[in-house]
Amino acid sequence: MPDPGAGAAAAAGVTAVADPFPRSVWPRIAGVALLAYVVYACAQLDVSWDRVATGLENASRFFSRLFPPNFARWELLLKGLLESLQIAVLASTLGIVLALPLGLMGARNLMPPWVSWPARAIVVVARSLHPVIVAILFVKAVGFGALAGVLALTVASIGFIGKLFTEAIEEISAKQVEAVRATGAPFLSVLGYGVLPQVFSRFIGFATYQLDSNLRNSTMVGIVGAGGIGGTLFAAFQRFDYDFVCAILIAIISLIMLGEVFATAVRGIFIGGATLPDLFRRGSATRRDRLVEDD
Amino acid sequence: MLSLRHLSKSYVPGKPVLTDIDLDVASRGITAIIGPSGTGKSTLIRCINRLVEPSAGEILFDGTDLAQLQGAGLRHARRHIGMVFQEYNLVERLTVMENLLTGRLGYVGAWKAWRRKFAPADIARAFELLDVVGLAGFAHRRADALSGGQRQRVGIARAVMQEPKLLLADEPTSSLDPKTSVEIMELLAGVARSREIPVLINMHAVELAKRFADRIVGMAGGRIVFDGPPSKLDDDILKRIYGGEGWLDA
Repeated sequence: MPDPGAGAAAAAGVTAVADPFPRSVWPRIAGVALLAYVVYACAQLDVSWDRVATGLENASRFFSRLFPPNFARWELLLKGLLESLQIAVLASTLGIVLALPLGLMGARNLMPPWVSWPARAIVVVARSLHPVIVAILFVKAVGFGALAGVLALTVASIGFIGKLFTEAIEEISAKQVEAVRATGAPFLSVLGYGVLPQVFSRFIGFATYQLDSNLRNSTMVGIVGAGGIGGTLFAAFQRFDYDFVCAILIAIISLIMLGEVFATAVRGIFIGGATLPDLFRRGSATRRDRLVEDD
Repeated sequence: MLSLRHLSKSYVPGKPVLTDIDLDVASRGITAIIGPSGTGKSTLIRCINRLVEPSAGEILFDGTDLAQLQGAGLRHARRHIGMVFQEYNLVERLTVMENLLTGRLGYVGAWKAWRRKFAPADIARAFELLDVVGLAGFAHRRADALSGGQRQRVGIARAVMQEPKLLLADEPTSSLDPKTSVEIMELLAGVARSREIPVLINMHAVELAKRFADRIVGMAGGRIVFDGPPSKLDDDILKRIYGGEGWLDA
């Protein structure tokens, strides 16, 4: 039996100790290359100090015209906001309902390749185009208005939730599924008892995040004529009504913040098991156990 | 009751994990399978309820060859075979009660199961079983809030909920402390006695196997090298099963 202590003692006496961390030269080369490209891109795009200075001058004039915000046309503002909210909620609901089965079908640990690949292909296509481009396509297809916006954001939701949901399912513990299968449960019951409980909380997380994201995007699709506050915003820009622009921006920010509060509440209830009163008690539902203590 | 005939399994062609296993299990009593790690004990247990596909051979259970079953036939056969796992394999996010009722999923339609509409008799029996395994009052706890010993009790109760004709246990005590291990083995022995069913257990702890089993099967290199009552298991045979002798007490 060799003594494991002997090797360490011998190594301590020798000057050259083996390198404990394997080093690679590639990360350094990549860093230098990135730096070089940033310099090159600045030169190509003519980003000079002169250009930045004239830009700042223009910006200061523009910002002075934004204030004070003008809420005189609040009815127009409210109508646009409500339409945006409706677009976001409809698109999120429709997107979640469609993404759930697509996400399940795309999971390679549950489905045979002839099911998972088509499902994954649909999700990839839904993800590949920016919502604004999809919105333009739908405006051309179904005409101006909120319907085009709802359809565009539904596609975006399918792409986002579908992909994340598939990935979440592919990471579940096979042991829990195995145990449910061993009871002789039919496939749908295995899904309901072995698979979905493992991904439910993550799914709620994706869904509320997507609602948040759709709220933001629903304020934008109006720019291409797909309904919502975006159209009003764009018109105000074009008429140089910068004080009204400012009012719209403040309204949008408030809407997004409300959405954030709502999403946190939903997550608190579904994931943290909090009750509604808990959410209003200070620091209870939103408090996280910190991983690092500083003392 | 259960007869394995020429059962073989190789995950990689040409490298068999199980070779030509013949084993008959009587209609009651505890059979312990012992042997070194990686010798195919787990694979053997999992071949019986087809969580692992056998490469060749027959698994005769109540007169049908499980190795030939597909789809609904296989699911119906699995309903009669309970299984207890080394790492409990409870669905962590479900409550203890939901985990127990998982044992009835083979008998309840998926739509009813999703809405948690189980037969009142099943629910009453689940509460009874919680009493039996010493977890009364734990029905609404989530499985991930339990200790190892408690989880394994839930695992056993889930298997018993199936009203199995055969109980398989894959190293049920390997993740538990010695005292809890004995309690879990007593629980399994109790199930074997009260339900009068055969229980097939993989284990590493030879002493525990000797204490609780009616019959011991020793495996080495994917084959059965010993089969007899615990009293016949002496040091010579242990050497044959595990190889070497330095590990045995002098």
